[in-house]
Amino acid sequence: MLLIPCPHCGERAQTEFTYRGDATVERPHAEDSAEKWYDYVYTRDNPRGEHTEWWHHTSGCRRWFKVRRNTWTHEILGSESANSDNNRE
Amino acid sequence: MLKVFSKNQYSGLSLARNALSRHRKWPRVWRDPEPKNSYDVVIIGAGGHGLATAYYLAELHGVKNIAVLEKGWLGGGNTGRNTTIVRSNYLLDGNAKFYEHSLKLWESLSQQLNYNVMFSQRGVLNLAHSDPEMESFSIRGNAMRFNGIDAELLLADQVRRSVPYLDCSQNTRYPIFGGLLQKRGGTARHDAVAWGFARCADAHGVDIIQNCEVTGFKMTGNKVTAVETSRGEIQTGKVGLAVAGNSGRLAAMAGLKLPIESHVLQAVVTEPLKPILDTVVTSGASHVYISQTDKGEVLFGGDLDFYNSYAQRGNLPRVEYVVQSVLTLFPCLSRVRMMRTWGGVMDMSMDGSPIIGKTPIDGLYLNSGWCYGGFKATPGSGWCFAHTIAHDQPHMLNEPFSLERFSSGALLDEKGSGAFPNAH
Ligand SMILES: Cc1cc2nc3c(=O)[nH]c(=O)nc-3n(C[C@H](O)[C@H](O)[C@H](O)COP(=O)(O)OP(=O)(O)OC[C@H]3O[C@@H](n4cnc5c(N)ncnc54)[C@H](O)[C@@H]3O)c2cc1C
Ligand SMILES: [Zn+2]
Repeated sequence: MLLIPCPHCGERAQTEFTYRGDATVERPHAEDSAEKWYDYVYTRDNPRGEHTEWWHHTSGCRRWFKVRRNTWTHEILGSESANSDNNRE
Repeated sequence: MLKVFSKNQYSGLSLARNALSRHRKWPRVWRDPEPKNSYDVVIIGAGGHGLATAYYLAELHGVKNIAVLEKGWLGGGNTGRNTTIVRSNYLLDGNAKFYEHSLKLWESLSQQLNYNVMFSQRGVLNLAHSDPEMESFSIRGNAMRFNGIDAELLLADQVRRSVPYLDCSQNTRYPIFGGLLQKRGGTARHDAVAWGFARCADAHGVDIIQNCEVTGFKMTGNKVTAVETSRGEIQTGKVGLAVAGNSGRLAAMAGLKLPIESHVLQAVVTEPLKPILDTVVTSGASHVYISQTDKGEVLFGGDLDFYNSYAQRGNLPRVEYVVQSVLTLFPCLSRVRMMRTWGGVMDMSMDGSPIIGKTPIDGLYLNSGWCYGGFKATPGSGWCFAHTIAHDQPHMLNEPFSLERFSSGALLDEKGSGAFPNAH
């Protein structure tokens, strides 16, 4: 069982959460090139090691947030709320 | 094939001869060679796909100087970890033709390899739990038959008669409305598939080099010239990647970013029982697939754990969910003990279909994106990949599985679920 540290509720069992992949990909603008859109929709860095990813506390506070986790060892390295890094304007 | 093993051909006679020497004189099945400085083709990954590719390159395309490099031991990846279901019950043309070609190769594989891969055409039955699901099964069944593939739509009563231990009552979470049966589907002995291909490839002179991890590529301009390994540098002009869950890592070493995520998939076996299930049963309601092995164990698997992983092990919540799903269908198993669980790292592509073809780098070929179902593809995948590498262009059968389909929009999205790395 993974224990996911929700930044709002604390550590909870994995079964309370939904996972949604790489949190570093950024949605391009509508007028951006097809290559940019291809990259956003389809390709992933898919690292073996540290990965920043979206989790949703579905059966808790129902907020999205980011977790840093090692994909090789499953070690959890930290978490932060969704808006902690203003990578979108 | 026969001429390759003039002396070491397996037969009734060789069995009798070796019985006389109390089975102490069986020859080695494959060599353990040191890597040479250079090869015409290097295949990375000695799973079923890599070994089959090397075998077909030698057997059908006359390529002589081939190495298969494996970081662990051959067959130790997903090939040795899967639930061994073989089928070709696909809706979309590209998938149907490719997997049917593979199924035809399975049907004569033991003879072809002179190695018993225990291919058992016990049938694969998909259960339907609603009227709409019956409708969608009849569409898929008809599409299969148009493609010359066997398919039978069963009504609830026929399902009840053919799988007596299945809970077909009305009071169950997922009532049975019928099913889609592919009789020519079934299971095979996973290890034997790796071993059979390895033995034949070796007999053709292919060097299978275990404990040899690829750590990088050397390139001149846009062309591969060598691979760097834990056992030194190896020169080659053609490299085939067949590393399943590690595809993204290997491609990154060559500067490519793939439409793939690595995820963990688990499987479970119970203690052995007397025969109770003589076919493969699958249900999409909670996504499980169940069969009984020749040893008597009930073998089943379900969904991914659903988070990126390279760990080759998963977590118990998924196991519990899969067990619950199995018990819903087969309540009679409730007191059977679970014996083992394990996990494998899956190369999940963004449309649920594989990628077999060329890459933007000259001399680098890609075989990956197998998702839940690459074992059944093993012979067909090796066959198509060998063709692609030998001719530097895909065969008609793997043309639809190009890497470019993601940018051109010609996806093979069997489930119609869109870009998400957890389709089939
Ligand atoms: C639990 C589970 C159940 C499954 N059930 C089914 C099923 O019922 N039916 C079905 O059709 N499919 C199933 N699959 C999928 C199937 O197992 C795989 O798609 C298939 O076996 C992949 O074969 P492969 O040869 O590509 O990969 P693998 O057998 O994984 O071989 C890849 C090899 O590459 C090696 N490698 C990786 N990195 C390097 C490196 N840097 N250098 C050298 N070598 C390297 C690995 O060690 C490995 O041996 C299942 C998978 C799992 C995990
Ligand atoms: Zn919360």
